[in-house]
Parts: sequence; structure tokens; C-alpha cells
Amino acid sequence: MATTVTLPLTAPAEPTHKYESGLWSWLATTDHKRIGQLYLYTSLFWFLVGGIEAGIIRAQLYGPNGHVVTAQTYNELFTMHGTTMIFLVIMPLSAAFFNFLIPLQIGARDVAFPRLNAFSYWVFLFGGLFINASWFFHAAPNGGWFGYAPLTTRPYSPGLNIDFWVIGLQILGVSSLAAGFNFITTIINMRAPGMHFMRMPIFSWMAFITQFLIILAFPIITVALTFLMLDRFFGTNFYEIAAGADPLLWQHLFWLFGHPEVYILILPAFGLVSEVLPVFSRKPLFGYPVMVYSGILIAFLGFGVWAHHMFAVGMGPIADSFFSITTMLIAIPTGVKIFNWLGTMWGGSLRFTTAMKFAVGLVALFTIGGISGVMHSSPPSDLQQTDSYFIVAHFHYVLFGGSMMGLFAGLYFYFPKITGRLLSEKIGNWHFWLTAIGMNLTFFPMHFLGLDGMPRRISSYDAGQGWESNNHLASYGAALIILGTIFFAYNWFTSLKSGKVAGNDPWGGATLEWMIPSPPPDYNFATIPTVTSRYPLWDRTSPKLSADVPHDKEPEGVIELSVGGHRAGAVSVPSDTELNAADAHPSAKALGIMMPTPTIKPFIAAFALGTVFIGLIYHKNLPIMFTAAAIFVFTLYNWLLTPLEPEHH
Amino acid sequence: MATAAIDTHAAHAGGHPPTSTGLNNTKIAIWAFIGSECFFFASLISTYLIYRGRSLVGPFPHEAWTDPATGHVFPAILNIPVTSVSTFVLLMSSLAMVLAHSAVVRGDRKSSKIWLAATAILGAVFLGFQAYEFTSFVHEGLTIHTNLFGSSFFILTGFHGAHVTAGVIWLLTLLFIDMKRGLTPEEAINVDVCALYWHFVDVVWIAIFTLVYLIK
Repeated sequence: MATTVTLPLTAPAEPTHKYESGLWSWLATTDHKRIGQLYLYTSLFWFLVGGIEAGIIRAQLYGPNGHVVTAQTYNELFTMHGTTMIFLVIMPLSAAFFNFLIPLQIGARDVAFPRLNAFSYWVFLFGGLFINASWFFHAAPNGGWFGYAPLTTRPYSPGLNIDFWVIGLQILGVSSLAAGFNFITTIINMRAPGMHFMRMPIFSWMAFITQFLIILAFPIITVALTFLMLDRFFGTNFYEIAAGADPLLWQHLFWLFGHPEVYILILPAFGLVSEVLPVFSRKPLFGYPVMVYSGILIAFLGFGVWAHHMFAVGMGPIADSFFSITTMLIAIPTGVKIFNWLGTMWGGSLRFTTAMKFAVGLVALFTIGGISGVMHSSPPSDLQQTDSYFIVAHFHYVLFGGSMMGLFAGLYFYFPKITGRLLSEKIGNWHFWLTAIGMNLTFFPMHFLGLDGMPRRISSYDAGQGWESNNHLASYGAALIILGTIFFAYNWFTSLKSGKVAGNDPWGGATLEWMIPSPPPDYNFATIPTVTSRYPLWDRTSPKLSADVPHDKEPEGVIELSVGGHRAGAVSVPSDTELNAADAHPSAKALGIMMPTPTIKPFIAAFALGTVFIGLIYHKNLPIMFTAAAIFVFTLYNWLLTPLEPEHH
Repeated sequence: MATAAIDTHAAHAGGHPPTSTGLNNTKIAIWAFIGSECFFFASLISTYLIYRGRSLVGPFPHEAWTDPATGHVFPAILNIPVTSVSTFVLLMSSLAMVLAHSAVVRGDRKSSKIWLAATAILGAVFLGFQAYEFTSFVHEGLTIHTNLFGSSFFILTGFHGAHVTAGVIWLLTLLFIDMKRGLTPEEAINVDVCALYWHFVDVVWIAIFTLVYLIK
């Protein structure tokens, strides 16, 4: 069968490959791995900011009649907590993994459009800074993350608060859309030879599906936000009830985006967990094709359930029944995934590393959130629960218990690939248990608070309604999560410096990213590998594990060629296996591999685009807007007319 | 089979492996972009349709309206014959676009310049019609502030016009390159991608013309 590659028994050496350093190398980078790290650190920073906001909220609600913040500030805090965690944490943290992993998993040297990728990041950074700059003007957004119009139109929200929100989200949308086109093209067109779609790692599959959700859902909120922007800045009538506008227009457009957005937030985490569970169960993923199809089905149905967010507005029995049924249906493919994860672990040789614990955490906690989700798919039940803390409990179980647990699993799993060193398992254990216990302590009592009638978004409550003890518990839980996060931060920074050296494949991975050094050289693969099954690395290291998945009919020849490296008539490039054995990673230039030239243009273009929006919020300052737009167009031309790589020969 | 695939790959060992589908990356990206744009225009068109007949004051698209305060009569505002002409112009631009692409593929430098210029000019003529239409509507008393129809009509057709403008600029850029150094048949993909965008914008106009202008 496959040629066996002997893994070194001695401890792996210090990583020989070092990234270029210096500010310029980051500003001008087009390397998907570095852009992934930029996304990673930026979103972890916003995670701390969003966490502080949550901490203040829990301090305010600890006891009745809290006086930590005013009601106005409280509105800003819950709005910014939601907006931050959704748009500045979970989405970009997923984007960090898309960037870092997709090319590695599909066996490519970079994404299809490396400069567009850099542009996406800089626009995202700019959008996040823009929306948070509102704090310094004492005008943080205060209309909820859903920003319901007409409440958010100028007559009812006169300040800058909603301006920052509308424009900030518009900027972030540009970033997500550009990244979406890029990743779709990358996955369709840059897979290594032999990697047809049904052999693609499941994370790349979920990322692929997520990109379709992004490019189809974001235009809808772009339109809704554009209407709101025009109403607020230029006096159109889209949400103007006095002119006959429909008060539900915003809600329909927003949730038509908003529900697919929920799956944009969870599918990447599902993908990460589907990578972690097989490796630590030493078994192929149970029901791989069904996992793929259920992901597609979730995305498809995700566009047909939006009005379950609106049962309380009175749409009538036919609409209510339709959206109730589609919502119940979407639980089926989701349930299939849960059972497939259990099937993957069943009978496997389980290793409970921190990554595995977080992955199992997702399976357990997401299921609780999924069950409460099915509960409010029924309109009569939903009418009791809507706008109460029961809903808050539900979506924190799916977003914290689901998305964040999955993303933490991914961080522990891929930290060695990103940095070359392992995170401490001992501190990781503390991080996991504090987070898991704290999470349940915070959000489980909220179910009871909701059923007891405690409404969402209230800044304080009177004593004597029986809400005190559950609110105490929730606030203690939040303290545990914060403590867990401190352990995580400590683990991260100490492990960066002195963590155990990881080597190429610390976990016994199955997919291509574990075949190359950690951190990978800038060209990723010296020779593009040829893929013979769903688990190309297990084919080489532990053929028994991947024996049951479909293989090419003639695997021997193919593997021989790809390991052999030198081929008649071709440029002589040593294979990655040979390079790994020699522990040498020559530069792309030495290997004759063309890599994109670093360029500052995406940064300038993103900066100019952001400045157009600054001009808009700064009293519609036309000179600023037109100058910035001109710089943007000029940079874009300059960028498009410059070749990606140095001229050949 | 497998060996053949490896050989093609080996030939590119130091450079780029061939793409998985054999298609150019930009072409796939533009199709994804067009898919996204479909949802963008669908949202705008849906809003227009939801707000049809819900304006509290005129002018209205298809029927006359008398202002109760002043007694002034506003006639139905849409001028279907004029817009039919501009629609025909835009449809013809798609034909010119096809001819431009085919000329670049054949390496026919003379025709490619003529047809690229023709496409851009027809697009510009369409924009001229739109500028005329918008100005005359404003003179007749319809702005984005007037009523729901004014807001949803101007924003829908305005966004379409912005897309045509971007397309004209794209075409002029290609024409400029063609005149300066000539577009080679290998570069036909650049014209192909522009053509896909241009045809899409054209198709969107057919939907707008039917739903906004023709259906009463």
C-alpha cells in the first residue's frame, strides 16, 4: 500500500522556519497564514472587549436595582456586546481559521486572490475600530444588535449612536463579501490533484458552505442598512411610517440576513470539531458524506426560517405555520451531525486533550441550545418565551456553548500549526473546566429567569420578584468565565515563548496541513501533494486508520511519485517528506516557487474606503468623501494593473 | 488517468499547478459575485414591489394624482415609450459586447476596438436617458423625499445606473489598454469577465423594466 514514512522518535527540533518580522512585513503581507494571524489576534482582542462589556452587564444585574451603569449606558453595553461578539469575534475568528487552514487543507500555496484577502482584513480592522470609536464620542450604538427600524431612524434615535452602527456594519459587510468570493474561488479552483470534493477535509467543506451563506445573506443586510443610512442621512422614506412605510420591512430584511448569519456563526465551529473528534478518536469521521449533505441542507433551510424571529408581530396562522415547520425541519440535519459526532467517538481510542474536551463541550452544550431552539419553533410556546431571558439562555448555549467552544477546540488544536509550539495542556484543562462550568452557571439559570417572566434588555429589576438568586448565579458564572479567560490568556502568552515544540504533526493528524512544518514555510508545500483519499496523511502514517474510506484504484503508483519527488522532465524540487527528513526549509526563491509580492496597496485601499465613511458620518463632508474615493479608485487601478508576482524569468 | 494528471502537475512543479476546474480564477469569482448581486437586486426589487400602491401622496407611476391641497394634477409619471428606447439601447450594448469579446478572441484588433467603444457608448447613452428621466421626474415634483414610490424607485434604478456606470468605466479601461498596446487573445478572459458583468447588469434591467414600467 502506501509508502510508510518513519516519524522521528526523538523530540522535534526548534522550528527552523522563522517569519519575517517588523511592522512593514505585516502591513504589506499577502500571505494567507499571516493574514489569518492578523484576524486571530484582532478577534481575540475584541473578545476581551466584548467580555468586559458582558462583565459590566452581569455586575449591573447581580442584584435588584443595580446602579453600576445608567440605563442609557446599559443599552449601549448590550448592543455593543452583541454586535462585537457576532461581527468582531465569532465571524473573524472563523475567518482566521478560513485564512490559515483552507489553503493548507486543500493543498494550495495561497488563496486565489492574495491581495484581496489582505484588503478584506484591513477593511475588517477598520470597521471594528470605526464602530468602537463611538465609545470615545459617548455615542456607542444603543439600538440592539438587530437595530430595529423605525426605532433606529433619525426621529427616534437622533444621536450619532446608530450612525456609527449602520456605517460600521456596512464596512464590515464589504470585508466579509470580498473574503467570501475569494474563498469560494480558492476552494473550487485550487484543490491539490486528487482532492475531489468528497475528499475535502470537513472544515474546508463547512467553510465553503459558510462562504455561500455570506455572499447570499450579506447583500440583503447591505440593502436594509443602505435604506436606513439613506433615511437617516438623506431623508428617504423607507422606514418612515408617516409616509406609509411598512414597520416590518426592516425586520423581514434583517432576519432574512440574520438567520443565515446564525449558521455563518456555527458552521465553521462544526467544521473544526469535525476535524478534532476523528483525530482524538483515531477513527475516520462517521458518515462523512452525510455530514457534508446535512451542512448543505442546514444552509439551504437557513434561508427559509427567518420569520420565526417575528412570531410575536402577528403574521397570521399560515406564515406562522410555515416558519414553524421549516424551523422544526432544520433541527433534523443538525441532529444528524450530533449523532455522527457521537458515532465518530463510539469505539474509538479517545484521548481527552484540551482540544478534545472543548469539542465534546460543543457537542453537549450545543445540543442543549438546540433543544431550547426547537421549543420556540412552536409559535404558542415562542409567544411565552420571546423577549424573555429564556431566549438569552438559548442563544448563548448555541453561540457560546456551540461556536465559542468549537473555536476554542480549534485554537488548542491548531495553535501548534500556527506557532510551532503547543499550548499547555495543564493550564488548558483549567481553562476548559472554568469555562464549561462558568458557562452553565451563567446561562442555565437564565432559562428559569425567562420562564419566570424576566424580560431581556432591562437595565434593572425590582426586588421581590424571585429573580435574585438566579441572577446571583449567572453573575458568579460570568466571573468563572472571566477567570477561565485569564488562564487562557496566560497559557497563550507563556506557550508562545516557552511551549513544547510541536513538530509537524503533534496530534497524529489525518489531513494535509499536518504534513508540513509548524509553522509552515511561506509556500506551504514544496511540491503540491497528490491526494489519494479523504485522509491523505493517515494513508502515509497510519494506513490502517484510513483503510475503510474510499481510495483511488491505483494508489501505489501515485503515492510513489509524490513521495519520490524528482521527476523526469520537471524542475527538480525535493518533496516535503525529504525536506522534513532533512529538517531544512529553503526559501521559495531557492525552490523556484513564485509567491505574491508583498504590497501596501490593499491597506491603502481599505484605509481610503473607510475614510469615505468617516466623511459621511462627519457631517456628510463631501471634500473628505470625494478625496478618499479618488484615492481608493486610484489605488484600485494601480493594484489591478500590477501583476501579483514578480515578472517571470 | 492518474499518471497523466501527475505529469501536467509536474510540468508546473516550480510555478503554479493548473486550477482544479481548468477555469480561470477570476471567472469563478465573477460568477460568485453575480450570485451575490442577484440577492442585492432581489432585495431592492422586493422592496419596490412591497411599496407599490402604498404611497400616501403622488406623483404615482401609472395613474394621475390630484393634490387635495392645491388642486394641482400630477399626470402618471413613467414615460414608457422613452424608457423602451433606452432599454433597446442597453440590449444592443450586450450584442456589441459579444462582438467585442469575439474580436479579442480572434485577435482582430480593429474590430475589438470598434465594438468595445460601441458597448461603452451604448451604455453611456442608456445613462444619458436615465439622467434625462431623473431630471424630468424631479421637475414634475418627484424626489427621493416625496413618497414611498419616489424613495424606492430612485434607489432601485439609481443602484442599477451605478452598476452601468461602473461597467462603462471598466469597458473604457479595456478600450484604453486595447488602443495602447492591444489585447491579445490570451487576455480575452479579461474581456470575458467584463462581459459576464455587463450581461448581468443588462438582465437586471430587463427585470426592472418589466416589473417597474410594464406591469401596471
